[in-house]
Amino acid sequence: MADVLVVVDHVEGSVRKPTLELLTVARRLGTPVAVALGAGAAQTVEVLAGHGASRILVSEAGEYADFLVVPKVDALHQAVKRVDPVAVLTVSSGENKEIAARLALRLESGVITDAVDVEAGDEGPVAVQSAFAASYTTRSRVNRGIPVITVKPNSAPVEPAAAAGAVEELAVEFSPAARGTRVVSRSARESTGRPELTEAAIVVSGGRGLGSGENFALIEALADALGAAVGASRAAVDAGWYPHAHQVGQTGKSVSPQLYIASGISGAIQHRAGMQTSKTIVAINKDAEAPIFDLADYGIVGDLHTVVPQLTEEINKRKA
Amino acid sequence: MSLRIVVCVKYVPDASGERGFADDLTVDREGVDGLLSELDEYAVEQALRIAEAAGGEASVTVLTVGPEDAREAVRKALSMGADQGVHVEDDDLHGSDVMGTSLVVASAVERAGFDLVVCGMASTDGVMGVLPALLAERLGVPQVSLLSEVSVTGGVVSGRRDGDTASEVLEASLPAVVSVTDQSGEARYPSFKGIMAAKKKKVESWDLEELDLDAELVGSAGAWTEVDTAVERPARSAGTVVKDEGEGGLRVAEFLASRKFV
Repeated sequence: MADVLVVVDHVEGSVRKPTLELLTVARRLGTPVAVALGAGAAQTVEVLAGHGASRILVSEAGEYADFLVVPKVDALHQAVKRVDPVAVLTVSSGENKEIAARLALRLESGVITDAVDVEAGDEGPVAVQSAFAASYTTRSRVNRGIPVITVKPNSAPVEPAAAAGAVEELAVEFSPAARGTRVVSRSARESTGRPELTEAAIVVSGGRGLGSGENFALIEALADALGAAVGASRAAVDAGWYPHAHQVGQTGKSVSPQLYIASGISGAIQHRAGMQTSKTIVAINKDAEAPIFDLADYGIVGDLHTVVPQLTEEINKRKA
Repeated sequence: MSLRIVVCVKYVPDASGERGFADDLTVDREGVDGLLSELDEYAVEQALRIAEAAGGEASVTVLTVGPEDAREAVRKALSMGADQGVHVEDDDLHGSDVMGTSLVVASAVERAGFDLVVCGMASTDGVMGVLPALLAERLGVPQVSLLSEVSVTGGVVSGRRDGDTASEVLEASLPAVVSVTDQSGEARYPSFKGIMAAKKKKVESWDLEELDLDAELVGSAGAWTEVDTAVERPARSAGTVVKDEGEGGLRVAEFLASRKFV
């Protein structure tokens, strides 16, 4: 079967969940061959082999951390030459999309970003995307070169599948452009102990209806009861109630979890753009006319200050 | 030495209108009003601030690629304070994918002459967020992208990039391509004086011939991706909405349990 190159997203050797989903997607198209770059890459081998990677190309050069984007493009370009895959898949993120696009240009191939699913088609992979704040679903193909497709988190289940997982060292020769943008310093984002917003299976978001930053504690308590990530509307972020990294919407992050709970969020088009592909949507808002109720599978017209704590308490009770 | 800044902007369908696809599966530009992409206003703002910090030694050129109406996006940026505009318009551009668009933008940027290219983080219609990276690849200059803070000093651009797991401080020598996020700083409103002044500013109009580009490389003919179908998503079937009468939280918990989330 044809090889499909899967770019591994990992933090110092710990593979992030969306990469495992990507391996499920890759198996529909062929045999996954993984590429892991950067410090700790070699530690990813076991989990990748356990999820269907037949081969794992590893390169731990320091350039990936010291310079932006281009070293990884160089590495993937050389990995593609070695493997000759029928497609390259990577997890949609700001950086990965940039890497994917530059790689595609070098390969003279088309690029598709933010697929919510990928199907095997007669003329190659078919990417399902959602457009215009999820009001349209499109199916697209790459018609030239090796399709490079970025896939959003939560697009496929994680399925263990034993594979050979043969490790190969990828010796990368970096281009002069690789050292163009220096990373002068890097500080890890403070961990909240909660899942990362874009890859969480459940997201609990708060908006203007919270009334203050302190009240985000209600949202955090509910999120913790559900093992969820915390999101915020633009209004809440602009008011300084919650950090921008948690903003869901057109100018923030786009999420597509199994469950999205919106509290005190009216559901302006800009917010809907970032969450409308959530599988199940629950809304709590005191305004019965709020547009968020048009999307909700379940809605409560009521004061979130009483509804949310009651919900949190009930969930904790049921879990106990 | 003068700092030549080119800001790339896009004219997009208004997100608060009914956006959709035309029969040929390109974005429908007839059925809905257009405007300067909100995320590009941040790019214009940062370009103006960088120019202001450079004193009189800088020029800001606004560049857009698109049909006739797209000139309105240039006008808006000029009224914010940019010095001059370039509008690339050609019937053969219709149906371009991001590869074709980046080729045209790169050619136009080169023709305009640049030390720094400033872009928004993504368009608000296609939302791919890859044009700045493609531009850097094509121009052979560093990309310093997705910045929430940016400054230029002594021929070096530096900025802060906030990613999912880390925040990075980046720097690169000019010439370079920069993109900025919506966290880079509130965009200014055009003043009455700015609007009046914009009317006198020059907007050049270029077509493919002036950019020395073959029509086969752009538009639908040169697109490396193809949209097969675009289906309007059925409106979500109306869910259950109930009024809280003291048990709202319990009812949500029941609903979540019925869907196996609890």
